[in-house]
Amino acid sequence: MNAPASKPSATGLPVAIRDLRKSFGEQPVLKGVSFDIRAGEVFVLMGPSGSGKSVFLRHLIGLETPDGGEIRIGGELATSEDIGSKFHLAIVFQSGGLLNSLTVAENVGLYLTEHRLKPREEIDRVVTEKLALVKLDPGVGAQFPNELSGGMRKRVAIARALVGDPQLVLFDEPTSELDPLVALTIGREILNLNERTGATCVVVTHDRDLAFGIADRIGFLNAGELVVLGTPAEIRASPHPLLQQFLAADFHPQ
Amino acid sequence: MFQNLGEMLLLLAATLRAIPRAWRDRRKVADQLFDIGNASLFMACMLSLFIGGVLALQTGPVLVQRGLGSSLGGLVALGMCKELAPVMMAVLIAGRIGSAMAAELGSMRVYQEIDALRTLNIDPVNYLVMPRVLAIAIALPCLVVFANLVGWTGGALVASFNDRISVTWSAFFGNLRSVVEFSDLLNGLIKSFFFAVVIGVVSCHQGLTTLGGPRGIGRSVTKAVVNSLVLILLLDYVLTRLLLPLDNGWRF
Repeated sequence: MNAPASKPSATGLPVAIRDLRKSFGEQPVLKGVSFDIRAGEVFVLMGPSGSGKSVFLRHLIGLETPDGGEIRIGGELATSEDIGSKFHLAIVFQSGGLLNSLTVAENVGLYLTEHRLKPREEIDRVVTEKLALVKLDPGVGAQFPNELSGGMRKRVAIARALVGDPQLVLFDEPTSELDPLVALTIGREILNLNERTGATCVVVTHDRDLAFGIADRIGFLNAGELVVLGTPAEIRASPHPLLQQFLAADFHPQ
Repeated sequence: MFQNLGEMLLLLAATLRAIPRAWRDRRKVADQLFDIGNASLFMACMLSLFIGGVLALQTGPVLVQRGLGSSLGGLVALGMCKELAPVMMAVLIAGRIGSAMAAELGSMRVYQEIDALRTLNIDPVNYLVMPRVLAIAIALPCLVVFANLVGWTGGALVASFNDRISVTWSAFFGNLRSVVEFSDLLNGLIKSFFFAVVIGVVSCHQGLTTLGGPRGIGRSVTKAVVNSLVLILLLDYVLTRLLLPLDNGWRF
């Protein structure tokens, strides 16, 4: 995978993170993280397990309240009550987060159905279109999420995130538990989404191949601190010992 | 404990605020009603039949010995409609429906389905809690009416067929009609409505606050049932005391 050479005029939202702090009990998880995510870019936050990546992502979508600092999405505080009505944000959870009591089609069309944004026939059309975008057969729409493979569930979750044309899409470990071929497909879907809509994509992962394959810029988070930030080339060239250790970690049987 | 109570009161307030959406979400409410009826009607029938029968069997011989056999219908009927039907149906619904609700919402919380709803700008209280609480609040009083009818029938059957009682069907129901007033039925229905709200709110609260994996879901289910039962019994005393003035009400 290669990041696209040219981007469409960005409709994505910029994100500004300033001195973000969060602790669970006595355990600090984010220790004053500050950086900017540019409108329309694919930003990958990489780091080892337990470094605070997913907690960071949950702050972006307003599922966690920070102990200190702030996040502004398109200039608005991420914690504000009406951010959901001003901008359309979407997240693809590590587990997919699909509602198991609904069919795939009902899951994908949930946003439109619940907010009564379109008539029934139009929703059916949008659902078919979004499923096609992630290369899923319309027949899958009648199935329930627990009847699908892990890769298909992830793609359905991406299709659901695409409904309503979000301006900021967050991906939490999108390739975890997937084989390399399906992981490659998911990576391509993220790039396609970004190219087609110009939405800002924030991807949290510890998958190095995915990160270097899709990112415009990469941040490396370790123990709740952002230690390096730059383009994939700058990240590879960084002398930071933790980062180099993370990038060089491979299994070599004795 | 007080934090839990506070959270439950807030959830109740949010659920009441969501009630105007009920007509819009009538399909969700109807689905829940269907599930509740499907899961509990047969059990309610068996439970009520035997409670009515046992009540007649316990009190019938004593009343007959003292020449008060003709009062059996009224005694069984009052016992059923004012106390046993509302409490036993509430216990049944807490165990069968409340536990299932806590498990379902707990699993949705653990597997990030609730978070997914929030990110789609869908309020979980509107989408999940209100239809469930409303469905229980409609279903439980209906079940109590059903339990009364079946329980009275159970009592009448035992009264007429047991040799030590031998109160005829017509004498049983004749006494029942002269003793039971509409206010007695209303008493049980009012109680059951409040029990239903308690079961719905407690179970949904436990589900929505589930932490951890499958063990967390198990803990939530246990807490939902135990807390519901404790609150039902406490509330039973309070409501019985508050509803005493109804005893001078309309005749049935």
